[in-house]
Amino acid sequence: MKFSQVMSSAGEWLRGEGPHHQVVVSSRVRLARNLRHRAFPGWAKKAERTQILEQIKPRVEELTEMQDSFSELLQDLSALEKQVLVERHLISREHAAKGIGSAVIMNRKQTLSIMINEEDHLRMQSIRSGLQLKSAFKLVDKVDSTLEGKLDIAYDQRLGYLTACPTNVGTGMRASAMLHLPGLVLSDLINQVIQAVNKIGLAVRGLYGEGTEAMGNLFQISNQTTLGEKEDEIIARLTKVIETIIEKEHDARQMLIQKKPDTLWDQIGRAYGVLTYAHAMTSKEALNLLSIMKLGVDLGAFPEARRLPIDELFIETQPAHLQKTSQQKLNAEERDFLRAEIIRGRLKLFPKPDMGKVAPEPGNETPSESNNNE
Amino acid sequence: MLCDVCKCNDATVFLTQILEGKMQKVNLCDACSKEKGVQDPTGFALADLLLGIGAAEEIEKGGPTQKCPVCGFTQADFKKTGRLGCSACYDTFSEGLGTLLKAMHKGVEHVGKLPERAARQMQLTDQMRALNDHLEKAVAEENYETAATLRDQIKQLEHEMAS
Repeated sequence: MKFSQVMSSAGEWLRGEGPHHQVVVSSRVRLARNLRHRAFPGWAKKAERTQILEQIKPRVEELTEMQDSFSELLQDLSALEKQVLVERHLISREHAAKGIGSAVIMNRKQTLSIMINEEDHLRMQSIRSGLQLKSAFKLVDKVDSTLEGKLDIAYDQRLGYLTACPTNVGTGMRASAMLHLPGLVLSDLINQVIQAVNKIGLAVRGLYGEGTEAMGNLFQISNQTTLGEKEDEIIARLTKVIETIIEKEHDARQMLIQKKPDTLWDQIGRAYGVLTYAHAMTSKEALNLLSIMKLGVDLGAFPEARRLPIDELFIETQPAHLQKTSQQKLNAEERDFLRAEIIRGRLKLFPKPDMGKVAPEPGNETPSESNNNE
Repeated sequence: MLCDVCKCNDATVFLTQILEGKMQKVNLCDACSKEKGVQDPTGFALADLLLGIGAAEEIEKGGPTQKCPVCGFTQADFKKTGRLGCSACYDTFSEGLGTLLKAMHKGVEHVGKLPERAARQMQLTDQMRALNDHLEKAVAEENYETAATLRDQIKQLEHEMAS
């Protein structure tokens, strides 16, 4: 599989068909694994890193899950191609900075991606659309079990899987979900939610993980600890918290419709107006406005059939995707022009928002009970 | 604003470091900033920033000059990077890591997935223990015939464990 094929197909998780897809964009589970008694990638010299890579890569490529996969050494990818993979969450920003001695292998559906010599020798990640942490774990767990039979994986009876950073030791698992929470942001409740989530030992991060800003009302929620708790317990706990947040988000949207309809219509109208007519747009502005359009689709102000173009624009308007599609390197200003042009093109046939179609969502009339103190 | 380390003096040194694109902020009082070597940026412990204040000191508990026999990693390297050198480092620096892991995680022992290989090894270890118990008993009872059979079984099991 070539990079152009990766570009042309959007990846299963982007189609947004999973459960709770209105609020949960995607679910991801990653496992960190290392070879026994071999220097971790950050400490290994180039020769050892390459040796480790050569040992692991064929074992990953021969997995049944990786038939017709995209497999590339990091040094053979251009900076732009790496950035495209980061924007799709198929590799981490840290991995994109790697060169000789590192590789990435992903399946055709882009639901499974395996990084070799990131911070650990193996970082295996499964990504699904909507709230599907359990099935994401199942896939990556199966791959892990297969690889375990072929590689000597560092495991300690007391500490579990041994990782480069002590924060990952034990299960080596990080489960996370990307949530779209415009209702909670617009009603100024988001900080309360973030604080409550932090208090119960879960992390809330921006769009591209640790230390990144929250844009487009997108937030990542993940487990912070990996030792002393079983994988399925971590996932169950996280899922429960996410379900509570989904309820809170729906409640917040209903409150906005009932108590502040003018503010809501103003936001949706402005987003529609600016996206349809603007000629220059930064990726941050685009994300924030597209988020409001997505909310508009969720609420029925735009027809459901228009959901996909909006979801696709979230990714297509990211800096590297923009440049890769246009086949040229662009400076920031040129990117902003092109971004606005692409969005205008997509929204040309988009109907005006119809606020009359907005109906209260069924089944969300009763405010949910707080589960945050578990 | 109080110092992040001693939590009693007012912070006068505000350190912001960007590491791998992540911003980390630490506020320190004059005394602690000198003690932590903040004035000398090269000597400042990245481990503290990444894993919380005190992480670098915890790891030094095992003694000042420990070095991992497998990969040559030292506490000073951990202090600098906040990462370990190889899987054997968990043994080498176990003393200091213990406290660190306790503060970081829900528990101190892994209760999750068991790799098949490790599970089999554990099973064999249990079998070995049982056979040895039987053997001891058989010898004590002067039941030499049974003891001989048990010895054969132990030998076979040892062979299995080594493979």
